[in-house]
Amino acid sequence: MHTEKKHAALADRFNTDEARVNWHDETLWFVRTKRDRLTHGLPEWEMLRNTASQIKHHVLSRLSEYLQTFEQNALANGVQVHWAADAEEHNRLVYELLTKHGIDRMVKSKSMLTEECHLNDYLAANGIEVIDSDLGERIVQLAKEPPSHIVLPCIHKKKEEIGEIFHEHLGTAAGVSDPQVLTETARQHLRDVFITRKAALTGVNFAVAETGEMVVCTNEGNADMGAHLADIHIASMGLEKLIPKREHLGVFLRLLTRSATGQPITTYSSHFRKPRKGQEMHVILVDNGRSRQLGREDFRNSLKCIRCGACMNTCPVYRRSGGHSYHHAIAGPIGSILAPNLDMEKFSDLPFASTLCGSCSNVCPVKIDIHNQLYKWRQVLVKAGHTDSKKTLAMKLMAATLASPAKFKLAGKMGRWTLKYAPFTVNNRLNPWYKGREMPRPPQQSFSEWYREVKIKK
Amino acid sequence: MEVALFVPCYVDQFYPGAARATLELLEKLGITVHYPVGQTCCGQPMANSGYAHLTDGCNENFVDHFRGYDYIVSPSGSCVLHIKEHLHSAKHPTEGEAIRQSIYELTEFLTDIVKVDRLDARFPHKVGVHQSCHGQRGLKLSQMSELTALPFSKPEQLLRLVKDIELIELDRVDECCGFGGTFCVAEEAVSVKMGKDRVADHLRHGAEYITGADMSCLMHMEGILRRNHSHARVIHIAEILNSQ
Repeated sequence: MHTEKKHAALADRFNTDEARVNWHDETLWFVRTKRDRLTHGLPEWEMLRNTASQIKHHVLSRLSEYLQTFEQNALANGVQVHWAADAEEHNRLVYELLTKHGIDRMVKSKSMLTEECHLNDYLAANGIEVIDSDLGERIVQLAKEPPSHIVLPCIHKKKEEIGEIFHEHLGTAAGVSDPQVLTETARQHLRDVFITRKAALTGVNFAVAETGEMVVCTNEGNADMGAHLADIHIASMGLEKLIPKREHLGVFLRLLTRSATGQPITTYSSHFRKPRKGQEMHVILVDNGRSRQLGREDFRNSLKCIRCGACMNTCPVYRRSGGHSYHHAIAGPIGSILAPNLDMEKFSDLPFASTLCGSCSNVCPVKIDIHNQLYKWRQVLVKAGHTDSKKTLAMKLMAATLASPAKFKLAGKMGRWTLKYAPFTVNNRLNPWYKGREMPRPPQQSFSEWYREVKIKK
Repeated sequence: MEVALFVPCYVDQFYPGAARATLELLEKLGITVHYPVGQTCCGQPMANSGYAHLTDGCNENFVDHFRGYDYIVSPSGSCVLHIKEHLHSAKHPTEGEAIRQSIYELTEFLTDIVKVDRLDARFPHKVGVHQSCHGQRGLKLSQMSELTALPFSKPEQLLRLVKDIELIELDRVDECCGFGGTFCVAEEAVSVKMGKDRVADHLRHGAEYITGADMSCLMHMEGILRRNHSHARVIHIAEILNSQ
C-alpha cells in the first residue's frame, strides 16, 4: 500500500476550515455560473459539443495516421519533431535541447503535460532554472506548491496570501493585496524574464494535422512573449491534441473558454507554424500512457479532453475538497479517470472521490462520459485488488444478505432493533455517518411486515 | 392497469411510510398493485462500490420476483436507474432484459404512462424540491441546469397539482446532496459538507419540507436536519401526492 494520504484524508483536512471551504466552493461556483450564462445563450451549444466529440472520436480512431501527417507537415515547415514514450524521455529531451545550446534558464507558459511529467523538478535537479510565466502558475511556483486546478492554478489562494508571497519574493510592500498592484508587479517581473530567456517552452492546445501548426491559447499572451523572444521554442504536447483540419479549430475555440471561464474566446489563440529566421522550433509528442489508455475501450474517450476544467468547476466534491486532495497534476473528475491509467495503486482512491452525480459529463465540451468511467474504474480497481480487504469482506457479507429474502428480513429486523434499543452501539465515534448526521429513526415495522400483516391477511 | 411495486431495501426497513404512500397513491389512481413478497435490493450498494461482480445474487432474486409484469414501479430514481443500466440474469436473460425496459420511477410513471393531470391532494406548506442526481441526470426526470435546453420537471409537474402547496426557489437548482451511497461514509467530511450546504439552500428560502423522488438523498439530509435540531423535515414526494 502507498503510505501517502488518500483523497478522503486530504479532503478531511481541507474541511477543517469551513469558512475557507465555503469561499472555495463559491468562487468556483461563480465560474460555473459564468459558463452557464455564456453557453445558455448559444442555441447551437449542444450541437457544438456533439460535433467536437465526434471530431475527437474520429481522430482517436486513426490517431497514428494523423500523427504521421502532422509530423510530415511540421517537418516541412522547418519544425523539429521529437517523440517521447514517457515522462522521463520527455524531460530528458528538453534537458538535452537546452544543454546543447548552453542554456540554463528557461521560461515556460502553461502546460499541464509538463506538470504531469514533473519537468520543473527534473530540470531543477539538473541545474536548470524554470520560471512559469502564467500568473497563476508563477504564484504557486513561488509558494512551492503544485497547481490545484488546470485552468486556475492558484484558485485555492486568497489575494491576501498572494500579497504575502509577492512581498516575500517580488518586493511588494507588506500587506498589499490589491490585485491591480500585484498584477503590475508580476508583469514587470515577467517582462524581465521574457527578455532574458533564450529558451521558451509552451504547451499545445490543438495541433492541426493538415498544416503541421500548433495552437496555443492563453489569456495573458505569455506563451507569445516567451516564444517570440526566445532563440529556441519547445512545444510539448500529448499525442491526443490533434485535430484533422484548421476548419475544425473553430468548433473547439468556441467551446474551450466558454466551458473554462465563461469567456467567448481566449484572449490569445496563437498559431505557431514555422520558426522565424534564426530560431529553432521543436515539438515533443508525448505518449506517457496515452496509447495504453487508447487501448482501454471503456476509458478511451477520456483522451478527448481539451483541458477546460469545466468538470472541476461544476464538481460538488472538487469544490469542497480542493485540487490538492487529488494528489495528481490533473485534479477533479477528469483527473480521476486519467490518473489510474498512470498508476492504479497510487490513484486507486480517486474514482471513489465522487458521488457519481453526473454533472461533469453534462458540462464536458467534448461529451466524455466521465461519471460512467468513474463507475467503470471502480470495478477495474476492485478486481485488480486495489481495495481495502475489510471493505471487500463487508461487501461480500452485504451481497449475501441482500441476495436472500430470509437473511435480509432478519438483518433488517436486527438493524432496526439495534437502532431502537441499543442506539449507543451505532451512535458513536466509530460510525462515520453519526459524526455529522443522526441515524434514521427506526420504524416499528418494515413495509413488507406491514404488507403481510394488513394487505395479505385482508 | 396492473403494476408490480419495487420497494428498495432501505425504504422497506427505514421509510415504510414512503412505500405505503406509493402503494396507496397508485391504488387511488385505479391501478392494481402487486407487491412481490421476498424482494430485497437492486444491487446498487455493491456495484457503486466497485463490486458489481458480487451482485449476481441480487439480480437473480430481482428477476425471480419481478419477471412477467407489464410495469414495475418504484419510489426511488437511483435504484430504478441501476436496474435499467445494470440488471442482467444468467438464468433468465430475456426476462432480465424485459425488466430493464419496463421499470419506472414513480413520478415518470405517473406523468408518462398514467398521464396524471389531476390529483386529490392538499399540502399547505412551503416545500423545496431536491433533484436527486440519478433520477434527474440518469432518468431525465427534470431538465439539467448544465444543458442548453428547455426546462421541464416531472416531479414538479405533479407537485403543482397539489392544492395549497408552495414550491420555493433554490439558489442551486440541481446540486448533489452528497449522499452517494458508500461515499457518505468513505468521504464523510465532503459528504456532510455537501449535505449541509444543500439543506442550507432550502432553509434559506423558507422550506418547511424538503421533498424528492429518492429517499436516500432525503435520509442523508434528514440526518443533517435532525443533528442541527431543525424544524424542517424531509418527506418523500409520494407522501405529498398522497396527502389529504
